[in-house]
Amino acid sequence: MLWFFTILIVLFLILPVMIIIPMSFSASRYLEFPPPGFSTQWYQAFFGNPQWVNALKISVELAVLTTVLSLVLGILAAEGLSKSEFRGKDTIIEIFMMPMLVPGIIVGIAIYRFEAEISLASTFSGLLIAHTLMAVPFVIRTVLSNLIGLNPNYELASRSLGAGRLTTFFRVTVPIIKPAIFSGAMFAFATSFDEIIVTQFLCGIRITTLPKRIWDGLNQQLDPTITAIAAIVIVIISLVMVLSNSKTLFGREPRSVPQEETDLDDT
Amino acid sequence: MPRDMEIALKNTKVAQKEKEPRGRSFFRPWMLILPPAAFFAVFFIWPLVQILAMSFTGPQSGLTLASYAKFFSSPVYLKVIATTFRISLVVTLVCLVLGYPVAYAMTVCSKRVCCLLTIAVLIPFWTSLLVRTYAWMILLQSNGVVNNILKSLGLIRQPLPLMHNELGIYIGMIHILLPYMILSLYPVMKGINRDLILASRTLGAKKGYTFLHVFVPLSMPGVSCGSILVFVMSIGYYITPSLLGGTKDIMISQAIQVQVNKLMNWPFASAISIVLLAFTYGILYLSKKVMHVQKLW
Repeated sequence: MLWFFTILIVLFLILPVMIIIPMSFSASRYLEFPPPGFSTQWYQAFFGNPQWVNALKISVELAVLTTVLSLVLGILAAEGLSKSEFRGKDTIIEIFMMPMLVPGIIVGIAIYRFEAEISLASTFSGLLIAHTLMAVPFVIRTVLSNLIGLNPNYELASRSLGAGRLTTFFRVTVPIIKPAIFSGAMFAFATSFDEIIVTQFLCGIRITTLPKRIWDGLNQQLDPTITAIAAIVIVIISLVMVLSNSKTLFGREPRSVPQEETDLDDT
Repeated sequence: MPRDMEIALKNTKVAQKEKEPRGRSFFRPWMLILPPAAFFAVFFIWPLVQILAMSFTGPQSGLTLASYAKFFSSPVYLKVIATTFRISLVVTLVCLVLGYPVAYAMTVCSKRVCCLLTIAVLIPFWTSLLVRTYAWMILLQSNGVVNNILKSLGLIRQPLPLMHNELGIYIGMIHILLPYMILSLYPVMKGINRDLILASRTLGAKKGYTFLHVFVPLSMPGVSCGSILVFVMSIGYYITPSLLGGTKDIMISQAIQVQVNKLMNWPFASAISIVLLAFTYGILYLSKKVMHVQKLW
């Protein structure tokens, strides 16, 4: 019973995502399933259209820069918060977490209005600022919880051996919290690469991201070109997931080590 | 640990005493918070304050509560609130009912199966919201995959209306939010001490009784955490309802979008935004005070 339900629910989760892959190779002009024949027409349509390619390029650039910027801001905040004690610290943390919890549409109209005033709307920097704002909470959350759980003696040892604050941070702290930084970076990249609600307000004729192009394509008759880029993204995500868990999946089943932690991170 | 580090650990207290007062640097750790705080103040808090201020303005100069009065006295907008809460509640309950057995299965199966299940949950979790909504549009439209399969099986003659209505919103939102529920339930269930289950069983309780009276109560922190998270995310939902839903029953976020993009009524859009923000933080506050939910994320 339990397994029957579990398998059904997992199929409900995974099948609608995976169905995109066969459909992206469809020879039909329409979105038919099962596809009547094999063709790469939608991939050609995607990569042959400078508008799509340009949108993809902007999205990748934006996601990379957002990741870098939100790592810098997020690690500064997390380091500062974990090393100091003051009144109102919890309020500050709550405020830093706000972009994650405030509904996207509210963040969208607020930033749009402000950026329009200082003529940042529909510019690359305008998008970068908005995306960084949306991504920083994820970095702060992962890094802060790791820093709080960190044994302070490692840093104290390094300092007492004569290392400066910066050396200690880069040579001792960073190597220890690397997994949290990595996980925060992944969240930041995904946040930016997917962001549509705020982006929708900030894109213009001059600049368009991939999600915005998809959004426009969805509102016009479900453009099948979207299947091509969607399939590529899904395959990349699936590969990352399977490869990062390959030890558990394909390695020998470890015997009698039941208490070992699976690397679920905190996702 | 290297030997010199160990020695150093012993000496840290002495070192601290000597170092801190002598340190001439004016650096304090809290100063690191200043750049991100400034960034937030300028690009987040200030714009939100402007929205708050704008919600009290009207066609004439001076402050007014007209937008709020309009919102809470109009049956149209009361219905928008009712729709939003109904959809969010149904989505939360269904996610709980579907997510609980999956999270439970993940705690009782072998490591390899658990890993497979985790991947099956994480792939949709990381896949873009737009792509998943697009997939559902392909599946659910009137000449879409689901309708075609049902038709070729001879089960239906006319295509079923699966999207552009509330059903479409439910399917899309449950698909997107279910991973959040599972990922909230799983760590709590994983942390339940198995000896308690064994104790109950050896004391003579049946499997079902043990599950209901020992396991389920112990999993409650995960249940409340996941439910609050899914509910709070639901009430602000915008993309899925506007693509899979109809034009009749809209949710609060869609109402804000209509006011901004179609009617350019910024004061009214701001007032609805503040109401939605109040709902969101009201629920989070209540969950902290009443249900003692500590950390959502």
